[in-house]
Amino acid sequence: MKKPKNYNLIIGGSITAIMLIFMLTGIFFTPHDPNTMDGGLKFAGASFTHPFGNDNFGRDLLSRVMTGSLTTLYVAALTVLIGTFFGVVIGALTGYFGGIIDEVLMRINDTVFAFPSILLALVFVSIFGSGRNNVILALGIAFVPSFARIVRGEFLKYKKMDYITSARLAGAGNLRIMFFHILPNTFTVLLPAVLIGFNNAVLAEAGMSYLGIGVQPPDPSLGRMLSEAQPFLFRAPAMALAPGIVLILIILGFSLLSDGSMKSLSAQSLQNRGNK
Amino acid sequence: MNNHILTVQNLNAFHTDTVRSGKGSKRHQILYDVSFTMQSGEILGLVGESGSGKSTLVKTILGINKDFNGEIHQYCERPQMIFQDPYSSLNPARKIGWILEEPLRISGGYSKTERKGCVLEMLEKVGLEAYFADRYPRQLSGGQRQRISIAAALMQKPRLLIADEPVSALDVTIQAQILELLKKLHAEMGLSIIFISHDLRVVYQMCERILIMNQGIICEQGNREEIFGNPQTEYTKRLLNAAGL
Repeated sequence: MKKPKNYNLIIGGSITAIMLIFMLTGIFFTPHDPNTMDGGLKFAGASFTHPFGNDNFGRDLLSRVMTGSLTTLYVAALTVLIGTFFGVVIGALTGYFGGIIDEVLMRINDTVFAFPSILLALVFVSIFGSGRNNVILALGIAFVPSFARIVRGEFLKYKKMDYITSARLAGAGNLRIMFFHILPNTFTVLLPAVLIGFNNAVLAEAGMSYLGIGVQPPDPSLGRMLSEAQPFLFRAPAMALAPGIVLILIILGFSLLSDGSMKSLSAQSLQNRGNK
Repeated sequence: MNNHILTVQNLNAFHTDTVRSGKGSKRHQILYDVSFTMQSGEILGLVGESGSGKSTLVKTILGINKDFNGEIHQYCERPQMIFQDPYSSLNPARKIGWILEEPLRISGGYSKTERKGCVLEMLEKVGLEAYFADRYPRQLSGGQRQRISIAAALMQKPRLLIADEPVSALDVTIQAQILELLKKLHAEMGLSIIFISHDLRVVYQMCERILIMNQGIICEQGNREEIFGNPQTEYTKRLLNAAGL
């Protein structure tokens, strides 16, 4: 039987791959220095030397979008990493052990979860100050609860399976059961959640930078570029369009990838339970 | 020195329903004054309808259920268990090779090549080809899965194996093969097996000695011939009648 093509996965994967190449190129090569100003090129339109045009200080937009999206990528990746790591640890502990650990950690979790992540990050940044690393920490903490819940649910489901009893009878310790026996089973649910989480992190970072509490000048970031473009929206629409379109493509790519991976993984786990 | 592998004396076991919020949880007594001994190398049948306490007895012996009083003496290390549902007894995220190696990794003291060698040896013992080590459980049939479960349980070379309805989820033809396999391993490895079943025909075929359980007590125990030829209690007679024996 021929499997139906998973277009979400294919298209999402392609867009994400192209965007990643675009962003990662910014590490070692940009057509121009992103912070060099050229008074003669203020609000210049697209040209061969500056394909996306220039901004209000005459800086090259393509170079700025490349380094800006790199900052966004960096913040989002670390945010998701922090969120996933602590989410997995907390979810594993609460789901596996239950009882008082579960009650205490999940109530804290619920409290954090009750605040919108931007609001939480705002509070955090206003206490500890703005800047890239504080934004990462703030968003990371805000992301922990959703991962913790997902992982906890999976642990609750799998810890009752017979193969866990077998492992225990063979003498496996709790940590071994949690991380070698149960954790690999949560990947089918965790992977799409991580991809969606990445999207949310990109948006949250852009939102915070737009509000001026995220990445600080002169580092470019997609959100800050959008907010800088606002006064000149009609005079130089390229200033808003360039970061906007890049942002949309990143989000679109990861959304499709998440949908696609969810589909293919659930098809696999259906097979898991097949002919029962 | 006696030849016992397991003795259970005056065992009372309990189960507590866990109700969320902690209130209204109830502790039920499941086993009442259960006593029996098991000889090394025998296949002991454990028969009873669902709710009779078979599973609780086994869980208490294995140390999974800790709420009990009475005495349990095991004269062997790490008894193992195989389960009724071959779909929940193998980790779906792991390959068969990993699943079979895991008990050796846990007990330690084997090199990687030694472990692989043991896995191949065990696969041959349970009648499966070597290439199964690279398969995932989802690629296997119910009977193959049950063979793998048995293999995994025997990796640490236990002397006591508990088989909880190992064939009741399988087709009749597959059932016969698995029972043959268990008998073969019993003879080859000198295994003692507690064989739980509600199918009296299967129990007759497999077990030399039988315990009949009803509502948390052992209501009758004896050799196969005694139980099947001359049942003493009403309950055993009813069971035999119901099975058409």
